[in-house]
Amino acid sequence: MKFIDEYHNPELGKRLIDRIHHHSTKPIRLMEFCGGHTVAIFKHGIRQLLPTTIDMLSGPGCPVCVTANVDLDKAIALARLPNVIITTFGDMLRVPGSYSSLQLAKAERSDIRVVYSVQDALGIARDNPDKSVIFIGIGFETTAPTIAASILQAEQEGIDNYYVLPLHKLCPPIMKALLDLGEVRLDGIICPGHVSAIIGSYPYQFIPDDYGIACVVSGFEPLDILLCVDRLVNQIETGQYKVEIAYLRGVKPEGNKHALKLMGTVFEVCDANWRGVGLVPLSGLRLNKRYQRFDAERSFDIDPGPTHEAKGCICGSILRGVSTPQDCKLFRRSCTPEHPVGPCMVSSEGSCATYYHYGDSYGR
Amino acid sequence: MCLAIPALIKSIDGHQAEVDIDGVTRQASLQLTPEAKVGDYVLLHTGYAINVIDPVEAEETLKLLKELSEVY
Repeated sequence: MKFIDEYHNPELGKRLIDRIHHHSTKPIRLMEFCGGHTVAIFKHGIRQLLPTTIDMLSGPGCPVCVTANVDLDKAIALARLPNVIITTFGDMLRVPGSYSSLQLAKAERSDIRVVYSVQDALGIARDNPDKSVIFIGIGFETTAPTIAASILQAEQEGIDNYYVLPLHKLCPPIMKALLDLGEVRLDGIICPGHVSAIIGSYPYQFIPDDYGIACVVSGFEPLDILLCVDRLVNQIETGQYKVEIAYLRGVKPEGNKHALKLMGTVFEVCDANWRGVGLVPLSGLRLNKRYQRFDAERSFDIDPGPTHEAKGCICGSILRGVSTPQDCKLFRRSCTPEHPVGPCMVSSEGSCATYYHYGDSYGR
Repeated sequence: MCLAIPALIKSIDGHQAEVDIDGVTRQASLQLTPEAKVGDYVLLHTGYAINVIDPVEAEETLKLLKELSEVY
């Protein structure tokens, strides 16, 4: 497949790995922010191939995983309302909230439909004018502009039974929050490729400037990731910290201006709840005043009740990079992909599911 | 969740495009990439093209990879 196969060249990969071994002299710790990177790194066995000087950690870049129970409970409460159709990406279905999940609500006859695109949710709203169609709006900056486009389209077409539960989150603020917590020492960050396709690379400038941490935006193929690690090692070894893009075919420094404009038209920045971290200032998106009528939480009267965290689940500290799935007593025992206790075991890009499927790539 | 894959634009009708993904035909919205044209590859995420892939930069990255792998 064009723009994928070229970045899977094993001979080139081997030589890059040799180069990284040659250049990496001091012990460093890198965090891949994005769950998609975590999966790619494990799938291609990249951790095992890197020198022992490089310690790799997974970060909070899985939107399903970071959605707090308080917000999951709202989605489940909305699903239980009469005359409502919930539309959602598939990986949200099995995520346990405080006492239930969308999947359980579906089994209890709530009308919940998995969609591939928010366009499909709009189509369901068009086809069911007598029902309220609510899209569960999770995702980072990659997905938020698609939701913005759907709201503008609904307005333009006069679709007045379409709503969004806005749970979108922003990457740079949570990176800053994690760095300010100071629980994990980091030398470099593998920045998310497709979030950066939208926001560009400028929003990460505070990372080298204020924290002296190397910062490289990466693509998702094995050679993309090796190039990113090589650039991070180079920055750290030379002490020249900056923001680089190792995925220039998909990411421009200024991002996608058109998508950013659509986001700015519909959303405004707000504080957001992150699993494991709590309320992070200015780290989420909500609909602005002009588009509030599309906001499901404002439009429907729901009482999700008190929240409850699953006993023993350490998804929160795994998302902060403080723990790994193997530190969790439930991992592979009572928490498996078939019977997940926490969200990191549900999402295909959650750390726990990735460790479960591919093992700890350090061979432990 | 932020998965996006390269897709080749075969035809465009307004903001909608027909794209080819390794032999599979799908519909894609170009609302986020109005500059995209037939013959471009786009990064497709949940039915939306989120960026046009830059073929020149793709080639440059491959050149850089080859250069780096030869220099220690």
